[in-house]
Order: sequence, then structure tokens, then C-alpha cells
Amino acid sequence: MIKTFPGGIHPPQYKSLTAEKSVETLPLPQKVFIPLGQYTGAAATPTVSVGDKVKTGEKIGESNAFVSAPVHAAISGKVTAISMHPHPVVGREEAIVIEREGDEWVELRGHSSYEILTPGEIREIVRSAGIVGLGGAGFPTAVKISPQKQIDTFILNGAECEPYISADYRLMVENAEEIVTGMKILMHALGVNKGYIAIEDNKPQAMREMEKASSSEPGIKVVLLRTKYPQGSEKQLIKAILNREVPSGGLPPDVGVVVNNAATAKACADAVLLGKPLIERVVTVAGPNVVEPKNIRVRIGTPFKDLIEFCGGTVETITKLVAGGPLMGVAQYSLQTPVIKGTCGIIVFSSKDVPDFRPSECIRCGFCVDVCPMGLLPGELATYIEKEQWDECEKSGLSDCMECGSCAYICPAKRQIVQLIKYGKAKIAAVGKKGLLGEGFSLT
Amino acid sequence: MTAFLAILSLAGIGLILGIGLGIAAKKFGVAVDRHEEEVMQVLPGTNCGACGFPGCQAYAAAVVSGKAPVNACIAGGNEVNMKLAEVMGAELEESVPQVAVVCCRGGKNKVEEKFIYQGINNCLAASLLQGGGKRCPYGCLGFGSCVDACPFGALKMDENCLPVVDEDACTGCGLCVKVCPGNIIQLIPRETKAYVACVSKDRGKDVREICNVGCFGCGICAKVAPQAITMDGNLPHIHSDNMEKIAKAVEKCPAKVLIVRENVSSSS
Repeated sequence: MIKTFPGGIHPPQYKSLTAEKSVETLPLPQKVFIPLGQYTGAAATPTVSVGDKVKTGEKIGESNAFVSAPVHAAISGKVTAISMHPHPVVGREEAIVIEREGDEWVELRGHSSYEILTPGEIREIVRSAGIVGLGGAGFPTAVKISPQKQIDTFILNGAECEPYISADYRLMVENAEEIVTGMKILMHALGVNKGYIAIEDNKPQAMREMEKASSSEPGIKVVLLRTKYPQGSEKQLIKAILNREVPSGGLPPDVGVVVNNAATAKACADAVLLGKPLIERVVTVAGPNVVEPKNIRVRIGTPFKDLIEFCGGTVETITKLVAGGPLMGVAQYSLQTPVIKGTCGIIVFSSKDVPDFRPSECIRCGFCVDVCPMGLLPGELATYIEKEQWDECEKSGLSDCMECGSCAYICPAKRQIVQLIKYGKAKIAAVGKKGLLGEGFSLT
Repeated sequence: MTAFLAILSLAGIGLILGIGLGIAAKKFGVAVDRHEEEVMQVLPGTNCGACGFPGCQAYAAAVVSGKAPVNACIAGGNEVNMKLAEVMGAELEESVPQVAVVCCRGGKNKVEEKFIYQGINNCLAASLLQGGGKRCPYGCLGFGSCVDACPFGALKMDENCLPVVDEDACTGCGLCVKVCPGNIIQLIPRETKAYVACVSKDRGKDVREICNVGCFGCGICAKVAPQAITMDGNLPHIHSDNMEKIAKAVEKCPAKVLIVRENVSSSS
């Protein structure tokens, strides 16, 4: 039976542009820009200085904070600057610039088998390899596999529900063995023996490959999910597969589940068995404005420009470039912006593809309520935010919104619901930080 | 006789209702603290919210119950605060009146946009997308959230989308400072004679590339007026009111980011 969750939308897929093309490897870039903050959590501090020579895979930045991950040199060469540079998510961030000289690697020390390692040792390897969730949000994986709660189920997320993106799909078709090994490593670290591989029903080949790779594993089962956005969201996966609901404000471990992305699992296998830190990933470069859309294996820190050139450039001038999927991705302003660990795709549009949005008033059709996968009332939330009714926002579950954008996609009035919600969250956080009485004001 | 009956019955009804109201007033009456009323009389009654409470009444209640300090009424200024302190029997030092100043001159005619923004017209919302559309990551985004926040109508946007403060109307409440996602609007003591109209922390080279009215940290001002101005990173910091020295620095400043406030009397 094909499983799914309530709500959701069915945007056009556009995956055929790249889905049947094997992953190609981008020639080593001349220069990489490695941002110090690439994930949820504290940004790293550089451990190298300008002028230093670094080898591929060398640790160049780390942080002592629990929720953090180190960054590594993605190419060998010389550190030429540590300065502000465009960043695909936050706009601008300090980055370590490395200019390439040859291709010299640090000595990689892998383990022949993961079974001899304790969960603590695996966590340490995953942490020092700088692995974060490769699906987009970039939550440090070592933190994810150190839950304080009792875990009974592991879900490998191969849903890949965003249109255009096929990076994980190709990985599942081409590297099924490694992904399943990575999944077993993560399950070993968590001490669970029940695992599901979640794949949407528009990827039958990936399902076959993953079933083949996991056939000798009695604890691992491939589940087929309905092709629907946002099927790849953790909470929706758990609802669809296990019919468990993560409580408001909670996380998957609260219902005994840990979810990890397929590409993340492969990165963990590479880290444990080959000793390889996370210095490259597969990125889908697609969109109606790319001459030859491709899936490309690129080093972290490669500027978008290099990827687009590798795809034969663009048909027309670029009007809009989105890093990530078209629904949850962030529009970019520079081609010098580098690929970071969470960049799953680059979608390029020309002026023809970007409609002129004119938001109007809510017509109370309730479509947003139908599609909201979290069961919220997005239109109402947006109105509360417009009217600055912050108490009502919090009562109506503003913080439960994951900003998937289903409401804004379906809204016939083209209301900017997601932006309003993001603004509302930021506003409430700002008030909380500065306090109602303003900064430095104490109640005496 | 009829007239007499009518008067009698009406008087009777009046009496019964009057007694009823009297009992109700005793029984269901809400005791208003005598202090609270006194405090309310002192407060300006503009309900601006700058104190952090929803209106003057709520602030008055908080003051009386000891949950808020007596000097939180920013709109009322020193005068109101002193009166409040008197009513509450608290001691208070005289506070310095403040005024808001705009510390950015990079309007849309001076600093380019790095992309076309199509979102909601609000500075905080705009700043969440790639740090805002301005090429200068510190500069004023120009959506006028500060203007919307000002309860006294002391702010307006000029033709280049920069806020302008009407210093006579400004009470120094600081609501504009709170809504600004950058650090563009700042409160300074009303007597301050000069301030720095740039908040960019970037290196001079980077500033110069994107803005010709931003401070590029050359440090000439600090050299010309060493006792009055020091460099704090890439930005000058004025810590003197010695106009003679500052005037020299203002004259030498190549970017003209040192702004002299004209109508400040030299005696104050």
C-alpha cells in the first residue's frame, strides 16, 4: 500500500530533466569559498590563517559548541583570504578562500568494519568528518544520532519531494550499497534494528536498487510513499510510515524516531569506512534556463558560476536563481555564491519563467487549510501577523509551521503567506530577545 | 390623583433601582488603587507603548504594583518621570533627554540594490532574505518600518527612501530603534553636537566600492581631533563636545559622514 500524510500539494515534477543522467564530476575548481557557518548551530572558527597551505580533507575550522560541525578544505592549495562572501542562506558570511595548487589529500584513515566500533566512536567520526544533514537544513548528524530519548525506528529519507531535484535519486540508483551501509552504521550508532527506506512512488528504479541492496537485511524495509510535497519532511514521513505524530514543539526523537537523508547516510559510510570528511556532494543543476541540466558531484565551496558553466551556461540572462528546491530554496543574488553542505540543487530561471506576483486580499477559499501538512490555518496566521497580533500567532501554532510553502503555492490570491510567517517568527524572536521593555531594561 | 400616582410609582422605581445600584456598587465594585489614579493623571495618555506596556493604564498598574520602574515613560520625558517619582515616593535622578538620529546616508540614489525584492514592505521581513536587498549589508533598507512605528509622527521618508527625524516631535521613546533590523536609528542625548552617519563595519575598500557616502575608516578625523574622536574598528567614535576640534574633523572628512547637529545651543 502506498502511504502518505494528510495535506500537501502536487506541483509539476520536472525531474525528467536530470533524473536519467548519471552523476558527473566537476573538474576541480580553481578557487573555493568555504563558509564557516554552513548548518544549523554555532559557526566554526578558522583553525588556519591566510597564507597557510592546506591539503584536501584537512580541518580548517571548528567550534566547541555541541550543535556544530567542523569544516574541511575541499581542495588543496593556499588559503588566500578569510573574509565576508555571499552565502546561499544568510546572504553573507565569513568564508575561507582556498586557491588550488595540485590535488594533494590528507591521509585518510578508514575502518574496515563498523561493527567493531562503539556508538560513541561512530558519533565522534561523524562529528569530526563535519557531516550535517544534506537534505537542506544542515542539522549536524552527530547531534541527531545522540538523542536523549529511547529510539526504536530509523527512517532513511529518500523521498526527495521538491520539483527539479534528482540528486538523491541518482545517488540511490548509483550508490545503493553505500547508502544502505551508511544506514546500518547510523542504526548501529543509535542501537536500533528497525529501519525504513522511504521513497516516493515516482522513483521506481531507486526503489528497486535500494531493495536489492537491502535484501539481506531483515530489519530494513523499503516503503513506497505517494508522490506529494512535502513528503520528504521528517514529521510527514513519520506520520506516513508509522502513523505517529510528533508533538507540537517536539522533534522526531520524542516519538522514538530518527530520520536521516540518503546522501547523509552515504557521507557517513564514507567517513567511517574510508575516513573521508564531507568535502563534496551531488548537486542538481536544472531549470528551464539551463542549456544542459545535470547532476554534478562538486566540492563544497565551488561557486555556482562554475556549475552553470559546466552545464553549458544559460539560454537567456538569469532572472532568478534558487539554491535548493524551488519551493523551500532561497533566491540568490550572486553567481559567486558557493555550494554549501546543504545545497541540493540550483534552479535557474529566465524572465519568462518568473511571473509578476501581485498579492491581493484573502478570499477565504480555505485552500491553504486543506494543503497545510501541519494542520495549521496558514491564512489566519498570515492575517494575525499583518495585524501584529503576536499572542494569537503563538496560540495558533506559528512555531509549528515548517515554512514548506504549500499554502503560498496554492493561494489563488497570491498572498505572501510564507514570508509573513518567517517575518512573524523573527519578530516574536526579536521581541523575546530585546524584551518588551527594550534592551537592558530590567523589572525592578 | 393620576398625576400623584405616576409621580409616586416613578419615585418608587427610582428608589428600588437606586438601592439596587448602591448594593451592586458595593458588592461588585472594582477597587481602583488611589495611587493608580494619581499615576494616570501624571502620565501623558498617548498610549504609545514605548514603556513596553499596552498603554498608559497598564503601565500605571505596573508602576503601582512595583513591576515597572517609575522612569519608564519615555514619551513623557524627565518632567513626567520626576512627577511619577514624587507620587510614588521614589527618588530619581534627572534623566538626559534623548533624540533619534539616522545613521545612514546611503539612500536609493547612493547605494544600489543587489536584487529586485518582491516581498512584503517591512524592513525586518526584507532583511531576512539574504540580509536585505541593499548592496551595503549595514545600510538602511528604506521600507519605513520606523516611520510606521513612531507614535508621534516624528519620522518621515525622504525621496531617497531614508528616514528623516523631526527633532521637535521626537520624544526619544526609542520605538523606531527597536523595529529597525539594522542599527540605523540610534538614540543620542539631545545635547550631542555631532554624530557619525554610518554604521558599516566593513573595510574601507569594500565600503567605497558600494557607497560613496559611507565611512571607509580612513581615520583622518581621529588624527585631526585626537582628543575628541577615536577610531573604534573602522568607525570613528566621538566622545567630546568640543566643537572647535570636531569642526576641523568634519571639514577634513572625505566621505562627510560626520554630521553636525545645527540647532543645538552651545550653552547646553
